Amino acid sequence: MLEIRNLHASVEGHEILKGVDLTVNAGELHSIMGPNGSGKSTLAQVLAGRDTYEVTQGEVLYEGRNLLEMAPDERARAGVFMAFQYPVEIPGVNTAYFLRAALNAIRKHRGLEELDAADFLDWVKDKMKLVDMDEALLNRSINEGFSGGEKKRGEILQMAVLEPKLAIMDETDSGLDIDALKIVAKGVNTLRSADRAIIVITHYQRILDYIVPDFVHVLVDGQIVRSGGKELAIELEEKGYAGVEQKNAATESIAS
Amino acid sequence: MLQVAQKTDDYLSRFAQVEARLAGDGAALLPIRKKAIERFAQLGFPTTRDEDWRFTNVAPIARTAFEAATGDGEAVEAQQLATSALLQADWPRLVFVNGYVAPQLSSVGELPGGVRLESLAAVAHADPEALQQHLARHADYQDHPFTALNTAFMEDGAYVHIPKGVYLKQPIHLVFVSTADAGSVISHPRNLIVAETGSQATIIESYLGLGDGVYFTNAVTEIVVGENAVIDHYKVGREAEQAYHVGTTQIYQDRSSNASSHAITIGGALVRNDINTVLDGEGAQCTLNGLYLVSGRQHVDNHLRVEHAKPHCDSREFFKGVLDGHGKAVFTGRIIVRKDAQKTDAKQTNMNLLLSDHAQVDTKPQLEIFADDVKCTHGATIGQIDENAMFYLRSRGLSEPAARGLMVYAFASEAIDRIQPQPLRAQLRQTLFDWLPEGHRLQDAR
Repeated sequence: MLEIRNLHASVEGHEILKGVDLTVNAGELHSIMGPNGSGKSTLAQVLAGRDTYEVTQGEVLYEGRNLLEMAPDERARAGVFMAFQYPVEIPGVNTAYFLRAALNAIRKHRGLEELDAADFLDWVKDKMKLVDMDEALLNRSINEGFSGGEKKRGEILQMAVLEPKLAIMDETDSGLDIDALKIVAKGVNTLRSADRAIIVITHYQRILDYIVPDFVHVLVDGQIVRSGGKELAIELEEKGYAGVEQKNAATESIAS
Repeated sequence: MLQVAQKTDDYLSRFAQVEARLAGDGAALLPIRKKAIERFAQLGFPTTRDEDWRFTNVAPIARTAFEAATGDGEAVEAQQLATSALLQADWPRLVFVNGYVAPQLSSVGELPGGVRLESLAAVAHADPEALQQHLARHADYQDHPFTALNTAFMEDGAYVHIPKGVYLKQPIHLVFVSTADAGSVISHPRNLIVAETGSQATIIESYLGLGDGVYFTNAVTEIVVGENAVIDHYKVGREAEQAYHVGTTQIYQDRSSNASSHAITIGGALVRNDINTVLDGEGAQCTLNGLYLVSGRQHVDNHLRVEHAKPHCDSREFFKGVLDGHGKAVFTGRIIVRKDAQKTDAKQTNMNLLLSDHAQVDTKPQLEIFADDVKCTHGATIGQIDENAMFYLRSRGLSEPAARGLMVYAFASEAIDRIQPQPLRAQLRQTLFDWLPEGHRLQDAR
């Protein structure tokens, strides 16, 4: 579904991604872990189409298409979704209206009938139960006055409503208390399916107690330095990033 | 300068004819007219050297040789007004064409409790005493050249009188239509609205242009809000593309009165709204709201003056503007707190959203405070659409124009939500959709 090849990206002339390779297939859940400043969020933002990052080298194929040539809204309509690390507050824009407009843009693209207000409400109410959100939030402005936990749950709600093919969670677990973390994890687990790929980007191993990844990648200084199964997360927890990195360096020197 | 002086002379020489023609409408008005034209002769048209006109150049008005409008209301059919004028069947209305009442388009109906809604010209002719107490007593023609001009040339407009304790449920609608197709026409609509003690009413003034010629509407409305009375006033400016509009809304407020004014400007090439209120009784409150949508090469100037003359009065100003293309907007918010006006609570907000690099806003608070126990706050913002928000909306599948439209809608709708009469609010929401990029799609989705 997603193939990232030798991806380099800079912001204001600063190279942050220095050759990322990653292949993600439908049905898989990948976790990308890494210390602060390793380029995790940059990777998420580049995949979502943020134009403050300049891709200087490499390519990204999504379902065989050149993802980097697609506008952010085109990507969304084609099934790419990023849960924001810092969801944006938009005063004056009603959440229900926004969600329906987004859903209908995507449904239209998929050749499905657009939902009217009543049908949409039925649709969204079920999804709200999944993330334990109060329906009253629908009548508020997008994220305005939401607590940190509400914002993150709101991102999961949006994901559940929009039913993406490829979902990228950018540190959705950061700053959550354990109850909110469980709700987010439940949301993600419910959305796992054979035709959907999920990338969970995280700084902490903790969320992987609730979401079991198929693959774990360690991103350090703009490159994936190790990849493995879920046991890699446990190793990281024990040894820290430094330990994992060193081991990687040792492996490389033996190989050469 | 010489040219401008000549144009001033045009008005002075025309006054002689008007003077002769209007001699019949009660001797009482003639001295005021004379004083006003004399004052206009002294003041001349303002220039950008005048502080109150620093950002608005009225030279295009000053140098145009306008012809006086004639009462040709017959030429307009109700059908032509249907779409833009919001002719609600149950709203008492007077329609004016090029400044003169058009009875066939008007519909006053039965008014409760002795409410009067009449043509000012008719009242000046038949019952001039009714005008004596307030007409030209509030709108200042000493310092405002256009008000002076209006006062000298005023003929028709609306006279509204709400007797003591009467609550008028339906809004009164005053519609001013200009039909200029060829030639340049000037009109001087003049309205007097008097709300006696404890009364309540809503007044809507709509200005619209049917032709695509050049015309100039020079309007003055005086509103007297008696003790404990409530007046909600709306001025909806939908002048034609090449139109000039200069208008003053002058409000006088007595003790414990409550006045609101909403100035919505959508059309016109050059628009200046002066909105003034004098809080001249303890416990009076005013709310001055506004919205301007400015595009192309439009210039819209809102000039507010709130005078706190007595203690314990509250004033709120809330103006929002969206500017596209080469549009220009000016906002001046002058708040004067007199020495006796202790416990004044004044708040002013002006927010602007620029959609283009060529749009321009000049916003200026002007506080003059002579009392020592007052609360005055003001805030002005000029911003562009938040790129973070745009990315967020687009990352969920909304196209660039749809996301942009949604952001503008969210910004402007805050001002529209404050409009009380539902049909007017709905109409202005529609106007906003029409104005927005991809507004129709937004509307369909709602």
